[in-house]
Amino acid sequence: MRPLFAGVVWWFIGLVWAGAVQATPYLPASDNQVLERLRTRPADPAARELRALRNRLAQKPRDLQLATGLAKRYIEQGRLEADPRYNGYAQAALAPWWNAPHPQPPVLVLRATLRQSNHDFDGAVADLEQARKVAPADPQVWVTLALVRQVRGEYAEAKRDCLPLLHLSTELVAITCLGSVASLNGQAAESFALLERVLARSSTASAAEKLWAQTVLAEMAVRLRHPGLAAPLFKRALATGPDSYLLAAYADFLLDENRPQEAIALLKDHTRVDALLLRLAIAEAAVGAPEAANHRQALAARFAAARLRGDTVHRREEARFALELERQPAQALALALANWQVQREPADARVLLAAALAAQDREAARPVQAWLRRNHLEDARLAALDRQLGR
Amino acid sequence: MKRFVLLFLWAIALVGIVPALPATAHKPSDSYLSMNIERAHIGGQWDIALRDLDYGIGLDDNDDGAITWGELRARRRAIEAYALSRLQVRADGKACPLQPVNLLVDNHTDGTYAVLRFAGNCPRPVTAVELKYQLFFDLDPQHRGLLNLRTGGQTQTAIFSPAQASQRLTLTSHPIAQFLDFVREGVWHIWLGYDHILFLLTLLLPAVLTRKGGHWQGASSLRQIFANVLKVVTAFTLAHSLTLSLATLGVVQLPSRLVESAIAISVVFAALNNLYPLVQRRRWLIAFCFGLIHGFGFAGVLADLGLPRAALLLALVGFNLGVEAGQMAIVAAFLPVAFVLRDSWLYRRLTFAGGSALIAAIACIWFAERLFDFKVLAF
Repeated sequence: MRPLFAGVVWWFIGLVWAGAVQATPYLPASDNQVLERLRTRPADPAARELRALRNRLAQKPRDLQLATGLAKRYIEQGRLEADPRYNGYAQAALAPWWNAPHPQPPVLVLRATLRQSNHDFDGAVADLEQARKVAPADPQVWVTLALVRQVRGEYAEAKRDCLPLLHLSTELVAITCLGSVASLNGQAAESFALLERVLARSSTASAAEKLWAQTVLAEMAVRLRHPGLAAPLFKRALATGPDSYLLAAYADFLLDENRPQEAIALLKDHTRVDALLLRLAIAEAAVGAPEAANHRQALAARFAAARLRGDTVHRREEARFALELERQPAQALALALANWQVQREPADARVLLAAALAAQDREAARPVQAWLRRNHLEDARLAALDRQLGR
Repeated sequence: MKRFVLLFLWAIALVGIVPALPATAHKPSDSYLSMNIERAHIGGQWDIALRDLDYGIGLDDNDDGAITWGELRARRRAIEAYALSRLQVRADGKACPLQPVNLLVDNHTDGTYAVLRFAGNCPRPVTAVELKYQLFFDLDPQHRGLLNLRTGGQTQTAIFSPAQASQRLTLTSHPIAQFLDFVREGVWHIWLGYDHILFLLTLLLPAVLTRKGGHWQGASSLRQIFANVLKVVTAFTLAHSLTLSLATLGVVQLPSRLVESAIAISVVFAALNNLYPLVQRRRWLIAFCFGLIHGFGFAGVLADLGLPRAALLLALVGFNLGVEAGQMAIVAAFLPVAFVLRDSWLYRRLTFAGGSALIAAIACIWFAERLFDFKVLAF
């Protein structure tokens, strides 16, 4: 009786839990059925290189150079595929030093990078401050620190951290760093003109440096409401090397310009990345495409899966999802407010203002409006929302 | 999103984007562990991403980038050993070893998962469980184990991370669910406790008859039949409720072998009393006296179920109500049939006389079995 009873209970629980994670276990029909395709085939040069490095590190887990080299390669691969699992592998490579109070600067920079990925900005800044004291001539430390500060909306500190790059790195890197911050801090037009000039004379810069500068420049043009300038800049940047961040920024531009078909064409093969699937679903909803419903459901499932593990790194995207696809402005506003406590990029302000407007909760937007004015943030879309919300 | 920007300067080789694949997400690594604890028994299901298993122990045998069911099945033992050695369950300080049950697959937002079903038993009914989770933490410290623990209609969740690899969960099921659980146990027990059913039926067999001049006849008065049944059932219920409560509260304790043997005797006596009537008018007295013994039998079952100290009364009332409900169901099924057939030869000779003799014989064997601790009958 006990096993039978337990069996019935178990069956029921299986049903509920399966429903919760949208799944029912099954027995595949044949041995030949393919269950999973690995994204990087084991025979790929990159996968082989990573495997070889991993095996070497397993022999000598405390080899600092080997460990930081592998961690860096994992982070790059993760960025390339927009796949956060590689961040975990990178952290594992750094395991001997991960909890150390004062590891070497290369470890500190990598640890800060991984920490900011998980929105542990305080931890990232602490690591980088420490690295700056030990290795003040390392440009990677300064540029990472400046970018974390910029994400948090700490523009004065960010500019200060960009300055040493003028003599530690190339002109293009330094001006991209400075211009990016200054353009958000009352010097939009001047920063655009300067960066454009510097980019034009930096023909020997690396592809990665050019890509960064072109992306920043394109975003500046969007904020200055120069669609005629922004479009070719985005296209140039895409030609330099497509990147998830760039694709998202370009898709946002296309959506704002009311060109959803082009956004769909741009993103239709990038459904793995939540941020890109979100923009694709918004574009599909705009044109009434049949895939819109499926993609919306997929996003809902992914946000649910992230919530199950306690992740909060997707709040900005989730707020936009709630606002634009689920039409739940109150929920969107709550998410946007929580997100604003952690990061303060123009996109974070935008989703918050839009949600406050939709939820008819103007008071919730007041502190953000004041913040935007205090920092002289110039952004055409934010300005329009600011006007609609009134003072 | 910043992670992309921050790493711009590191991107050395900007190769093309990966080719289009099915719409599965990129997400950090999670496993979904669901467990159900029923007293001392653990049932579980563990969904582990194939991609993570491949990274951990290798699944793609022919290195073609595709994991087939055949490849997964071939690695079943290795997967079970790998996973189950990284999950330790202890209940109240004692280990509960886990055994694999079967292997299935399932789809989650970021791809296909192996579904590992397992079971385990703890030495005693579980009141608090300590879980130590260590899957993949050495390979990917950002991996998380997402636990869904169910017990007695209550669900608890927990997230395992390297910083919180060991967690202790107290099993507090909802009082109503717990109560219903005991009601259900009570019903099951009377239905599967053949000795109780036979005792009751034996006492009820003559309820639709009256004895005149040394012979049984079908009773004519419906009222008389109801009075008979009511008296017997009430007396039995009162008696066993009394001793069940006394034993459960620890006021009286009797050795179970003695109790079980006495229950068998009670059935023998009730059956023989039908064939050679000693007590006729006051059958309720038999029901009451022997009902006291049956109550001790119920108490033994209730103790085996693992009583919640905090909700002893709740368990007692629930179990007792369950027993009564099961008993009423038996009476309700028996009485109309007996009433219709009471004047027939089938009832009086075959069911009443033959049935009583058979019951007496079975109960004699039970008595011997229980007293001398051996097994003849299958029930």
